[in-house]
Amino acid sequence: MKTFRMGGVHPEENKISNDAAIEVMPVPSQMVVLMNQHLGAPATPVVQKGDKVKVGQLIGEAQAFMCANVHSPVSGTVAKVEPCKDAFGLAKPAVYINVEGDEWMETIDRTPDIKRECTLESKQIVDKLKEMGIVGLGGATFPAHIKYAIPDGKKAEYLIINAAECEPYLTSDYRVMMEHAEEVCIGVSILRKALGVPNAYIGIESNKPLAIAKMQEMARQFEGIIVEPLKVKYPQGAEKQLINAVTGRKVPSGKLPIDVGCVVSNLGTAFAVYEAIQKNKPLIENILTVTGKKLPSQHNYIVRIGTTYNDIIKHSIGELPATTGKVISGGTMMGKAVVNLDAPTVKGNSSVLVMDEGEARRNPETACIRCGKCMHACPMGLEPYMFSALVKNNRIEEAKEHNILDCIECGCCFFSCPANKPLTDEIRLGKNKVRAMMAAKK
Amino acid sequence: MTQQILIAVLVLGAIGAFFAVVLYFVAQKFKVVEDPLIDEVAEVLPGANCGGCGKAGCRAFAEACVAQGNLEGLRCAPGGDVVMQKVASLLGCAAEAGEPQVAVVRCHPANCGENRRSNYDGLKSCAFANTVYTGENGCPFGCLGCGDCVAACQFDAIHMDAETGTPVVDEEKCTACGACAKACPRRVIELRNKGNKGRRVFVRCINKEKGAVAMKTCKNACIGCGKCAKVCPFEAITVADNVAYIDYTKCKACRKCVTECPVHAITDVNFPAPAKKPEAPKPAEEAPAANN
Repeated sequence: MKTFRMGGVHPEENKISNDAAIEVMPVPSQMVVLMNQHLGAPATPVVQKGDKVKVGQLIGEAQAFMCANVHSPVSGTVAKVEPCKDAFGLAKPAVYINVEGDEWMETIDRTPDIKRECTLESKQIVDKLKEMGIVGLGGATFPAHIKYAIPDGKKAEYLIINAAECEPYLTSDYRVMMEHAEEVCIGVSILRKALGVPNAYIGIESNKPLAIAKMQEMARQFEGIIVEPLKVKYPQGAEKQLINAVTGRKVPSGKLPIDVGCVVSNLGTAFAVYEAIQKNKPLIENILTVTGKKLPSQHNYIVRIGTTYNDIIKHSIGELPATTGKVISGGTMMGKAVVNLDAPTVKGNSSVLVMDEGEARRNPETACIRCGKCMHACPMGLEPYMFSALVKNNRIEEAKEHNILDCIECGCCFFSCPANKPLTDEIRLGKNKVRAMMAAKK
Repeated sequence: MTQQILIAVLVLGAIGAFFAVVLYFVAQKFKVVEDPLIDEVAEVLPGANCGGCGKAGCRAFAEACVAQGNLEGLRCAPGGDVVMQKVASLLGCAAEAGEPQVAVVRCHPANCGENRRSNYDGLKSCAFANTVYTGENGCPFGCLGCGDCVAACQFDAIHMDAETGTPVVDEEKCTACGACAKACPRRVIELRNKGNKGRRVFVRCINKEKGAVAMKTCKNACIGCGKCAKVCPFEAITVADNVAYIDYTKCKACRKCVTECPVHAITDVNFPAPAKKPEAPKPAEEAPAANN
């Protein structure tokens, strides 16, 4: 079975919400839509206080290059346009909407029929992705129209769809495969057409045999879609690791996947692409998992973007268990603890993971014993223990020379460290310092 | 046997003499002429290499002094006037008397402990925590409490208060080198004039959020109401970005603003306790706030 060559770990999978079918979360009475839900500059609000908006109406326009459109996830009246604190407590520009009814834009096709035929040309597809505000839903929220506009002089040879879902606990991609296999395959075909590549590979970890069978069966009906079962190893779904696993190619240090002829997208993105291109539906909904070992029930939801964490928790489990230690957005390996539960969810959120105090607590840090486990675990072939020392002593130049910027922050080093050293945190700090140094030099 | 010893001695002697001559000329050719004054100046400096002067260390500061020939724009904060007088007498110029300064922490400690909304257990580094979230009490401008300033201080003059999680400056030890102010990613720490008898008034908040928002996170947050600016007889207070700042060069420490402030964001330090309600003297912090 295919896998990436270097490093990797195997954390406890904990896919306990696997069997929970996707439910629809009701729309709350007030919505806050952040303007920067994507990598890059915030979108510019194009509505004002008192404006009436419909579901799917453009409310934030992408004016910078690295930016994506933001659409209203609800219908109602704009209450105000002012900053709102995000999940980490930092104020971000936002549009507040008082929800009135559920009136959708007429252009959006809400019928349940599945449309297979796509007559658009490559360029038109990319333009439509931009119009619909599609971003990568694997976590980085990279605007899709930039990724799929291949720069001159470069050629895409492979389209790889990441359905590995290697993060523990997360099951939203799994549920999408089980329930919307056909739509996903149509989305993949559209992306394949946009790139003009002969084949698209869907990489799925082998701990999801049902999804692999389902996708294989569906892929037979489509031209050029190959389902690739992958070994269960974290971070199988990381961009560079997935390229290595599927194609055997290695993205050189400081280069992008397109430099080795690859484009990687998440499965969730493929589904969003289907809805955007075939149904004219902008990216206004997230599919996210509500899970946790101590929760009374496990759920997968389709949630309007902008629903707050508190709304999600209230609807799904009533209230947080008294022993809750952390609420995490994302998986256990790369997810971030949410500080402000009143914050709205944004594009790319994939889970609300409630961790118990004992489970969430970090063990006390002890001294490095030079065992080298972090080096063996690092999927990028870096030396985390050394970065830790270099960053602590402010030897930023050296850290840069040893390619600290190649770190993908997957957390394998921290996970494997017997001394519980927060290696990933230290490397993140080091990367920030290196970037600051490089910016100062310019 | 004697002959062999003789040959050896002669040969080694000849080689030695040859290299001695070569080395003599090389030394002459590459001789570095250094002003002996640099050594003398370096001698009177504190030698802590704190970098507070902006130079790489005390030696570099001495070199800069000698190269410049006067002390314009050069000052050793830890050494203070005493050291600067000595340096001036060595250089034969006048030393400007500088107002002694001290580091002040511009974040109200009273609220950090009780107002904690989250527990941070990540890397103990303010520089890192600043990139992750707002801080345990939810203020995006306030002290993060991970102690980067404590680690930066070479004079053991700043310590974390375990209860409030904010740093406290030891006025006696603080040399105003500015290392803590540079280490703080949020610029909470500022160097201010110590003031007459150590008495200072400053705004202990740098929160630029609008009043209502700031009040939600901290009840002592400056709300930018401007009452202090109106009451100040010396026009020392400016309000910008919803936060007041007291210019320490203009402030005469009349303390009118302290009583006027509705949220008690303005603090006075080292004043005798008022007769009515005794207040524990605050050992060493301070903090004005505003534009950085």
